[in-house]
Amino acid sequence: MLTHKNNQWPPTCSAALLHQRAALYQTIRDFFAQRGVLEVDTPLLSAAASCDVNLDSFSTRLTNNELNHKALYLQTSPEFAMKRLIASGSGCIYQIAKSFRQAESGRFHNPEFTLLEWYRMGFSLADLMQEMLELLNLAFNQNLASITVTYETLFKHMTGINPHKTSLSELTTYATEQGNSEVRMICGDSLSNALDYVFSQYIQPQLKKDVLYFVTDYPACMAMLAKLSDSQPITAKRFEVYFNQLELANGYEELSDSAIQKQRFEEELAEREKQGAAKVPMDENLVAALEHGLPDCAGVALGLDRLLMLTSGSHSIDDVLSFPVERA
Amino acid sequence: MSTYSTSEFKGGLKIMMDNDPCTIVENEFVRPGKGPAFSRVKYRNLKTGRVIDRTFKSGETVEAADVMETEMSYLYADGDFWHFMDDETFEQVSGDKIAVGDAAKWLKEQDKCVVTLWNGSPLSVAAPNFVELAITDTDPGLKGDTSGGGGKPATLETGAVVRVPLFVQIGEVIKVDTRTGEYSARVKS
Repeated sequence: MLTHKNNQWPPTCSAALLHQRAALYQTIRDFFAQRGVLEVDTPLLSAAASCDVNLDSFSTRLTNNELNHKALYLQTSPEFAMKRLIASGSGCIYQIAKSFRQAESGRFHNPEFTLLEWYRMGFSLADLMQEMLELLNLAFNQNLASITVTYETLFKHMTGINPHKTSLSELTTYATEQGNSEVRMICGDSLSNALDYVFSQYIQPQLKKDVLYFVTDYPACMAMLAKLSDSQPITAKRFEVYFNQLELANGYEELSDSAIQKQRFEEELAEREKQGAAKVPMDENLVAALEHGLPDCAGVALGLDRLLMLTSGSHSIDDVLSFPVERA
Repeated sequence: MSTYSTSEFKGGLKIMMDNDPCTIVENEFVRPGKGPAFSRVKYRNLKTGRVIDRTFKSGETVEAADVMETEMSYLYADGDFWHFMDDETFEQVSGDKIAVGDAAKWLKEQDKCVVTLWNGSPLSVAAPNFVELAITDTDPGLKGDTSGGGGKPATLETGAVVRVPLFVQIGEVIKVDTRTGEYSARVKS
């Protein structure tokens, strides 16, 4: 009798990629061991979720009655738990962590992906970017050409718009002139959404190939979990790394003021409610940890699946994953 | 009326855009920095053939286009319309000059072709890749020339004109590649 043949069981990546991933993890572990950065392990499940309106967490429930069917969320990054370790006095730490984001699937996205996240005590953003470059040089096994450029310089150069002085209407008019009148629907009335849209539609695809870009000094409205500068215009102490037009990493000089952190969470939760996004609990443990005191530090998250795509010249994230979500 | 969400977008999916049926050529999920997720989509308007770039908010839905490709037999043309029949259901449809397009010059009665139907009406017609047609008119070739070099124009029974080798004569049946409009071989009768 003819049976249905299952052709979904084998991995989508080659055996060579399994070895490349193992070699990359070894490079990372050696790199941090030599620098006295401690590898840590934090839970994937948390009672709190990311409040960011643009992030959608997977959720589940404990079936244990004593714990009252408590809701749990798969982390969208290991950031909150790692900051709690830092506040407890762990010093410099790193983690290779699985992270999860709903509804993110495509050539550069899988709902479950791997981040390398690390934190350095007393580092400035410049120190952290230098360390990132040294690590990436090892990962690519060559000295990469790199450019450090402010968000403002890049934005002005490519679009003629000053991102610190622009308005929602100027950005949506610009996108409409480029043929994307749907920008209003996608970005709503959020200035930071419109900045992100313009950046990813008209700037990112123009970045030079084979050059590592460190984009720095983001507009204050895009600070997320970063500190703000004291100088004018007020900018976020945040950087992003791009290579071959792909976003690879996002780093901050970490916000340590618990009151500001709580206020940002509350603003994000209000935005979620306004947009009808799922209601989620904020991480009160993170707020409490910051209240206790977070040492001055800088931290960054680097997408390891994308890094493997770039070092192996792969077309799709599926080419570097054993079992992407369609085969999970 | 069925709809598709952006998460279902993929190459070949038929959607309605600006009241016209379209087919998705390419779809890429984008989540910029920390901003809102969207899909960067390239789609072809099936009426005009134009390819358009647009972005869609993640989760946005669009109307599905009732477009399907069916193999049908070409029946006849009445001057304004070309008539086709589904061999299984015997249902007949007719398409105008715009829908039939280039296929008109290759179709002979009873030929099988692929008709793209939108809401049951022909949107486009694809002639078979190869058709066999008789030559109704061409200059007599030079005797002894069998090389086929140079060639000459020949009018076929459907009215199409193709270049054929010099040795091919009136009344003979030839095979033509409709994708290039070129002579392919002589068909032995």
